[in-house]
Amino acid sequence: MTTPRPAETPTAAADTAPRPGDWPLWEVFVRSRRGLSHTHAGSLHAPDAEMALRNARDLYTRRSEGVSLWVVPSAQITASSPDEKDAFFEPAGDKPYRHPTFYEIPDGVHHL
Amino acid sequence: MNITATPALPLGDDALILSHRLGEWAGHAPVLEEEVALANIALDLLGQARILLSLAGDEDELAYLREERQFRNLQLVEQPNGDFAHTIARQLYFSTYQELLFNHLAATDSELAPLAGKAVKEVAYHRDHAHQWTLRLGDGTDESRTRMQRAVDALWRYTGELFEPVEGLETVPWAALHDSWAARITSTLEQATLTVPEGPRHGAWTAGAGRQGLHTEPFGRMLAEMQHLHRSHPGATW
Repeated sequence: MTTPRPAETPTAAADTAPRPGDWPLWEVFVRSRRGLSHTHAGSLHAPDAEMALRNARDLYTRRSEGVSLWVVPSAQITASSPDEKDAFFEPAGDKPYRHPTFYEIPDGVHHL
Repeated sequence: MNITATPALPLGDDALILSHRLGEWAGHAPVLEEEVALANIALDLLGQARILLSLAGDEDELAYLREERQFRNLQLVEQPNGDFAHTIARQLYFSTYQELLFNHLAATDSELAPLAGKAVKEVAYHRDHAHQWTLRLGDGTDESRTRMQRAVDALWRYTGELFEPVEGLETVPWAALHDSWAARITSTLEQATLTVPEGPRHGAWTAGAGRQGLHTEPFGRMLAEMQHLHRSHPGATW
């Protein structure tokens, strides 16, 4: 690199410094060739949605992993909290009747 | 060294040399995501170079054992990376050219048609990558705009050579290719709020004899680095 970097660019010695422009984080979802739904693949930094899509193509589909991509701003995702895990998920654990396994399937019904 | 006279040689040299230049960004790119993007483009080009050079002879001999004046690549692709804007300007100029040329070749019965048909999809992405970055740097901050304008201006004089007919490809409509190229470049630069350079592209004080084997000063140093390992350890394997 023959041209000096701009002064505000973080150097190797300042790993903890903010990234250039503080690019936001994006979550990447990939639909594989045989998959029906997009699956979370990972995350990346990008200045905007269009570039996020391109970075996702370069980072997550370079080994033919997918045929469709979604990128979502990480900040737009509302996640359940680990603290709420018991209240959220524990009660479903002992209710097997919620699974459709207690029904006799009539002989005439196919494809169930 | 046996070298078959084929237009695959100059086109293969373009791909090989630009691939090496892009590879120099490894470990130096502004952000990790961009590093992978540039490496992907470099590897696409290396793949093209291997196929093209194999049509002209032994790919390793051609890449590692030729002297500077035996290379037939455009002077544009051997230009140093400079700052990121220079790399993007070089990508914009070259990938636009390569996409138009490969699109044309893919529809001919040339021996290059199969390679061109496959590579044109890769190259369309390379052009999109350069286009997107040109828009963002040109229409970005004062600093990025200044640097992008400086880069497109600095590399402008290397673009005249792109449309000099290549030996063996005389049937390519070079003038029409040039007009399409100029229209696309103008469109991208205007969208990016940049000024289309007006400097000379032909004649004295311009560049453009790479296809004849005349190269610019930085090329010799690049070649020394690229060939050093192979020449130091002939026939080495691992």
